[in-house]
Amino acid sequence: MKSLKQFPLKPILFVLFLIFIVISFLIEFAPGVAVGKNFGLFSFQMVKVLPAIFILIGLFDIWVKRETIVKQLGETGGIKSFLWVFILAAPMAGGLLPAIPIAYTLYQKGARLTVVLTFLGAVGVGRIPMILFESTFLGWKFSIIRIIASIPLVVVTGIILGRALEKSDYKLPERD
Amino acid sequence: MGFLYILTVVAVIISLIANRQKTKKAFIVGSKMLWMITPPFISILVSVSILLHLMPNEMIVDYLGDSNSYFGVVVASIIGSITVIPGPIVYPLCGILLEKGVSYSVIAAFSSSLMMVGVLSFPVERAYFGNKFALLRNIVSLFITLVIALIFSLANGRII
Repeated sequence: MKSLKQFPLKPILFVLFLIFIVISFLIEFAPGVAVGKNFGLFSFQMVKVLPAIFILIGLFDIWVKRETIVKQLGETGGIKSFLWVFILAAPMAGGLLPAIPIAYTLYQKGARLTVVLTFLGAVGVGRIPMILFESTFLGWKFSIIRIIASIPLVVVTGIILGRALEKSDYKLPERD
Repeated sequence: MGFLYILTVVAVIISLIANRQKTKKAFIVGSKMLWMITPPFISILVSVSILLHLMPNEMIVDYLGDSNSYFGVVVASIIGSITVIPGPIVYPLCGILLEKGVSYSVIAAFSSSLMMVGVLSFPVERAYFGNKFALLRNIVSLFITLVIALIFSLANGRII
């Protein structure tokens, strides 16, 4: 969630922005009115859907325990583990960065590089909170097409790249 | 949007029946996340409303619309690869761009590269998994992004 801090808008700037919009409406300053209308429209679109999305994300966070799945993954092998990585990735929030240490934990628990790579891919393509946002703003069809197209790509490239690395006796860097 | 609310209501009811305490916790977690995302959200909305006013619709459609898909896809996947924008901000932004006439393939390239390719997270990935792993995984992810964008450019206007 560190990435959130990359968009700092000082409250004072936002207040100035609002004052600018209000004055624009009062004196009928056309560019200000247009920007204000944009802002109102976009904000309204967000306010309509965000509460529902965040309730769902909250429910997901509480009901799906990551530790159970990681444990499960360490114990299963073969094709089943590819299914488990998608189940593990599904409830994750926060994107690629927090997924990297989790992927490393998987590796430490005995998962193959093919599985680790597929997990990182699954984090990119199959997180439920992101799919909720995606389908809300881009439509269900968009999400379904994208998911159906991405999953095989992620699994196949994960297997090919993972095997190639394992074949070349790839060593991970030493860590304390 | 109707579907989203039906889904939410059903999920909340099931959760309430299963465990009241946990449901309450879920609401707290959800509102905390919403609260955290609000400041960056507002700043994006402000910048987007200004930028989209300065950039006329025709210009957006010309550069990022259907007729110029390949250029748009390349630009979108580069921007998506080198930036980190949280999903709750990316998709609303994509929705706005879509309404302005940006093509599905460009949107797909942008959102997929954001989610899969991480130039900024590369040092972390390299520290855990090594240079070769991180480099190859990111290249492969970029390739996946381009394939997905291609699929959308083939499908454009027909199935969506």
